[in-house]
Amino acid sequence: MSTQAIKFYQTGTFTVGNRLLDPAQRSVQATVARTNSINSGHRACQGCGEALGARYAIDAAMAATNNRLIAANATGCLEVFSTPYPETSWQIPWIHSLFGNTAAVATGMAAALKVKGRGDVRVVAQGGDGGTTDIGFGCLSGMFERNDDVLYICYDNQAYMNTGVQRSSATPPAARTATTMSVGAHPGNVFGQGKDLPAIAMAHGIPYVATATVADLRDLEAKVEKAMSIHGARYIHILVPCPLGWGTASHETIRIARLARETGLFPVFEATYGEVTGVSKIRHRLPVEDYLKPQRRFAHLFAPHPDIETIARIQQMADRNIRKFGLVEGGAQ
Amino acid sequence: MLKQTEGSRAVAEAVALCRPEVICAYPISPQTHIVEGLGEMVKSGALSRCEFINVESEFAAMSVAIGASAAGARAYTATASQGLLFMAEAVYNASGLGLPIVMTVANRAIGAPINIWNDHSDSMSQRDCGWIQLFAETNQEALDLHIQAFRLGEELSLPVMVCMDGFILTHAYERVDMPTQQQVDAYLPPYEPRQVLDPDAPVSIGAMVGPEAFMEVRYLAHAKQMQALELIPQHAAEFRSIFGRDSGGLVRPYRCEDAETIVVALGSVLGTVKDTVDELRDSGERVGVLGITSFRPFPLAAVREALEGAQRVVVLEKSLAVGIGGIVSTNVRMALSGLHLHGYTVVAGLGGRAITRASLHRMLRDAIADRLEPLTFLDLDWKLVNNVLAREKQQRRSGPIAEGMLRDVGVVASRVS
Ligand SMILES: Cc1ncc(C[n+]2csc(CCOP(=O)(O)OP(=O)(O)O)c2C)c(N)n1
Ligand code: SF4
Ligand SMILES: [Mg+2]
Repeated sequence: MSTQAIKFYQTGTFTVGNRLLDPAQRSVQATVARTNSINSGHRACQGCGEALGARYAIDAAMAATNNRLIAANATGCLEVFSTPYPETSWQIPWIHSLFGNTAAVATGMAAALKVKGRGDVRVVAQGGDGGTTDIGFGCLSGMFERNDDVLYICYDNQAYMNTGVQRSSATPPAARTATTMSVGAHPGNVFGQGKDLPAIAMAHGIPYVATATVADLRDLEAKVEKAMSIHGARYIHILVPCPLGWGTASHETIRIARLARETGLFPVFEATYGEVTGVSKIRHRLPVEDYLKPQRRFAHLFAPHPDIETIARIQQMADRNIRKFGLVEGGAQ
Repeated sequence: MLKQTEGSRAVAEAVALCRPEVICAYPISPQTHIVEGLGEMVKSGALSRCEFINVESEFAAMSVAIGASAAGARAYTATASQGLLFMAEAVYNASGLGLPIVMTVANRAIGAPINIWNDHSDSMSQRDCGWIQLFAETNQEALDLHIQAFRLGEELSLPVMVCMDGFILTHAYERVDMPTQQQVDAYLPPYEPRQVLDPDAPVSIGAMVGPEAFMEVRYLAHAKQMQALELIPQHAAEFRSIFGRDSGGLVRPYRCEDAETIVVALGSVLGTVKDTVDELRDSGERVGVLGITSFRPFPLAAVREALEGAQRVVVLEKSLAVGIGGIVSTNVRMALSGLHLHGYTVVAGLGGRAITRASLHRMLRDAIADRLEPLTFLDLDWKLVNNVLAREKQQRRSGPIAEGMLRDVGVVASRVS
């Protein structure tokens, strides 16, 4: 990545928009030219990671396309909280069609722009993890396979939040949701299920795949920017904590996202044509308990008795990611 | 220009003359030849400024059309049967959003049991989805209706389904008069969308609408179809002036003036019905035919006007509303409310069962004598049905119905004739 590395002591925070940076390196959000594509006043919960992720992603895409962007949106929290009509947060052309067809709608939009000779206008599609990994998977895979000129962004909050926190194929093992209840001998979601969508996207051999979190917003912006510099099918998978569904405090969203990365549970990387080309290294490797404990969806792992065995299984998942992606400085460990 | 060609090919050429900009294709018989024809034209360059997209499902086909239409392109797709059901959610979405997509439905039965042959179950299943539905009687009309469909849909901002009988029309080689590009251009202006995703004038499309306005939005969908009732005859008249032939319109009465008995039907079966009616007329029976071209909007007034002088109405339909009987007939009854006519519903031709003149003759003789059952299944093999019913009475685990029935029939291949 071509961004300037900044040290914690320079900023006092991991947030972006910092005046110590060269203006060209600053966050899109730090400039008065930011488009506020998703304007304030929407109805997301306080501390919603999805609202934050979408704001950064779409403003960055706007900046990268000279404000020539049109968007499709799957049914889900982002769609519902952004368009309480007659109010709409969207300052860009935006369409919501259905829950499971967003990638295909975007394909149609891109085709229309191509045939109309409007190569300057670009297309972004967005959905939650349910709309992406489950019900919209067929259309998404089709869009990837045809290498249609669409950037698809998945806002992964690891469950169907809009309908009240049900399990999706992105829900992690042991997590409590409304359909993976924290009762019985093995409370929460089961192990050995679920989809690794970034890996599946890479398997399509598309030009660009990246993961990101709302803890590293400058990294997210840079990835969106890069994605918009490329034509063809592109996929960005953003981990967006959901205070309501995860049972976390509203002010903890960014810290929780950072912990997902720092424990190795959510590897942050990018890949071109199916090959990993960069990973975000873990700064201070932390045990998974640090990530799990603040989240009520994992409360059954700690009370009434610590479920050491299950926590160990989750730690193994993190260790596997760290090995696989070389997430810790100095190589695999 | 006159040419001898396959129905599907004729439709493909007519669609190409309409200058579509995005075509999405997914294979399903009996529609496939249409999109194959168009794909070839795009690939060869004969149809330029058009994107041909091979999608992964019918749900995607309609969704791609939705995105393309919302971004300002003239969008077209075609499907049938299971494909129409597979895209159903997007079919409703396209009309709800007011996107003037044109789609051919090459009418085919719906399974189970899976069956590739013609009837109207597919289109009828979507009759209330908010699309305009036009039914073609001949291949000439099928190609003409596509040209009218783009014009009508774009004027109203509503999607239009052109329904043509699978195989009977799609695969039949017939003589058609193929219009010239100049004629089509004179009839069909470029697509000027009412709403478009354009960075120069951003809009949000597809917001949630609550109880405060949902009824009104739905009412407007109905009001637009009522506008279509006015426009369809006007467009047919204009079509005649440019292309020199009658095509489209709401209904097509045939020898109805003094008719005591009128058969109502849709699609290609009208040809066979007219031949039968001619024969009955020759033997002195006062029989007529009413073809319905526009099923949605349903032309209540025109149907009533055509039928009110008759004594009995026989609705011959290639669809079955399981648990009540007819679909078309329910609509026709609505047009006849308050009138005291003998009404008969004849379900015929399901899954490709041939509707022969001989059968129609027998059925109409019974109707004229008022001997016909109010709900008749034309040429139903009662022996086969009763076998299954008897078996089910005898044993609990009687097995799968269709397979048991086919065993009873024996190896005679499908009974299409
Ligand atoms: C075909 C269909 N099935 C189900 C629904 C109900 N539904 C609407 S939003 C939603 C959950 C969305 O979850 P996700 O995609 O993860 O987005 P989130 O709300 O979590 O951001 C569901 C199940 C629907 N609208 N359409
Ligand atoms: S439920 Fe979760 S994803 Fe939805 S608005 Fe609230 S915080 Fe955001
Ligand atoms: Mg979700």
